[in-house]
Amino acid sequence: MAEPARAKPKPTPETQHFWDGTKAGELRLQRCDACANVYFPPRPFCPSCASRKVSVFKATGKGKLYSYVINHRPAAPGFTPPYAIAIVELDEGPRMMSNIIDCPQTPEALELDMPLEVAFEALDDKITLPLFRPAKG
Amino acid sequence: MRRNQVAVVGAAETTELGVIPNMSQIQLHADAALNAIADAGLKLSDIDGFATAVETPQQMAHYLGITPTWVDGTSVGGCSFMLHVRHAAAAIEAGLCKTVLITHAESGKSMIGKQPRFTAPDSLNGQFESPFGVYGPPSMFPIPVLRFMKTHGITHEQLAMVAVVQREWAAKNPRATMKDPITVADVLNSRMIAYPFRLLQCCLVTDGGGALILTSADRARDFPQKPVYILGTGESVETPMVSQMKTFDSSRAFKVAGPLAFKEAGIAHKDVDHLMIYDAFAHLPLYGLGDLGFMPHEETGKFIADGNTRPGGKLPLNTNGGGLSYMHSGMYGMYALQESVRQMRGIAPAQVPNAKISVCHGVGGMFAASGTIIFTNEK
Repeated sequence: MAEPARAKPKPTPETQHFWDGTKAGELRLQRCDACANVYFPPRPFCPSCASRKVSVFKATGKGKLYSYVINHRPAAPGFTPPYAIAIVELDEGPRMMSNIIDCPQTPEALELDMPLEVAFEALDDKITLPLFRPAKG
Repeated sequence: MRRNQVAVVGAAETTELGVIPNMSQIQLHADAALNAIADAGLKLSDIDGFATAVETPQQMAHYLGITPTWVDGTSVGGCSFMLHVRHAAAAIEAGLCKTVLITHAESGKSMIGKQPRFTAPDSLNGQFESPFGVYGPPSMFPIPVLRFMKTHGITHEQLAMVAVVQREWAAKNPRATMKDPITVADVLNSRMIAYPFRLLQCCLVTDGGGALILTSADRARDFPQKPVYILGTGESVETPMVSQMKTFDSSRAFKVAGPLAFKEAGIAHKDVDHLMIYDAFAHLPLYGLGDLGFMPHEETGKFIADGNTRPGGKLPLNTNGGGLSYMHSGMYGMYALQESVRQMRGIAPAQVPNAKISVCHGVGGMFAASGTIIFTNEK
């Protein structure tokens, strides 16, 4: 019997560039051309000043651990507890939810503000998720 | 909104609370509604305004046999009923209707006639949160708390004390689900749910409901129950994605709704005799005490741990036992409102002596929405 799979995102016209980016190994954010606000999640206008003139750019993929829980129960399909659900604050400003890989899923190993870097994990040939690992050096 | 122009004249919960396997969700609504109608000495045909959440107004109005001229289906999670009270007060003042019924019920435990929650994979939550293993409120609501603790110097023991103190209130309440005393050690040794929160820091899962009836203050004196007036109100929303809150150090929705209600009521924090802060999880009373302006966030953990909110303390908080010990069917806001009304009527099981002003603060979703109602029994 197949293991239950983790929830898979389905892109919309406004978010397709983000998922195209992760598939290409890039973490893409948007910046407002009028007020320079960098924002997430994707939308074709600036939520700060309402300008429709916005640009997609490749983020550094670096950030730090803003907060997290270590989920024990109930576990989501496709996850083996305990696993951390993390909020990453990107160097560019926006925060996003992700998981921390290559790191014990313990309060001792997961220190708030620890530096992180993006890693990409393909779910299938269409969707690649942005995950994060402790930054090297 | 003008102060004290609208009053609660009917308030009741479902006949039973807890596990109710012999009633569907819409019948739980009806049970609460019929109890509130009886409490107010009214007939269903007297109701011309109706509000409810999750179940639609058309569903429940038809089931109850009501023909409203004003409806509100605002459904922003567990504080929807605070928003309904605010909207109903405005509607009554504007002359859109005279007598409003607000119902909540949820077959949260038995799951009879309750639609399952579903996050579409092409929604923003479905794309940017679900893939990372969030699965129900226990995996989402506590996500901000480690950052909150670090910023404000809050300890695990202080967060455990929230559950301990509320159990002290629940022990005084015959209808509370959990009444046995607990210690900080009990809390910190209970089963891990989502670190840092353990079982006793997470709300109960129960069946039940409640209903309120509001009318204009000038009519309220003719009803059998002591009127409870609406002194101030506030509401706001932030985001359905907990990851996208502006900050985890506070709740923007709380910081908008709470102070709005205080300003409208024209009261200071020292005037508050009784306080309800929706406690789906143990950190919410700390956010609430800070965001509503009672004290800096840094002091909230110590304030509760020192016993200021327990029975006999200077700021009685969550006097029914709260979502942690009284009941929590999924959208607890209605039960917080019911307790505020009981306290203002002077009939609460753990009555605060001479309480004249009650603040009732609700949350919806994971800090997604907020509503604050300030009640008084003096006009």
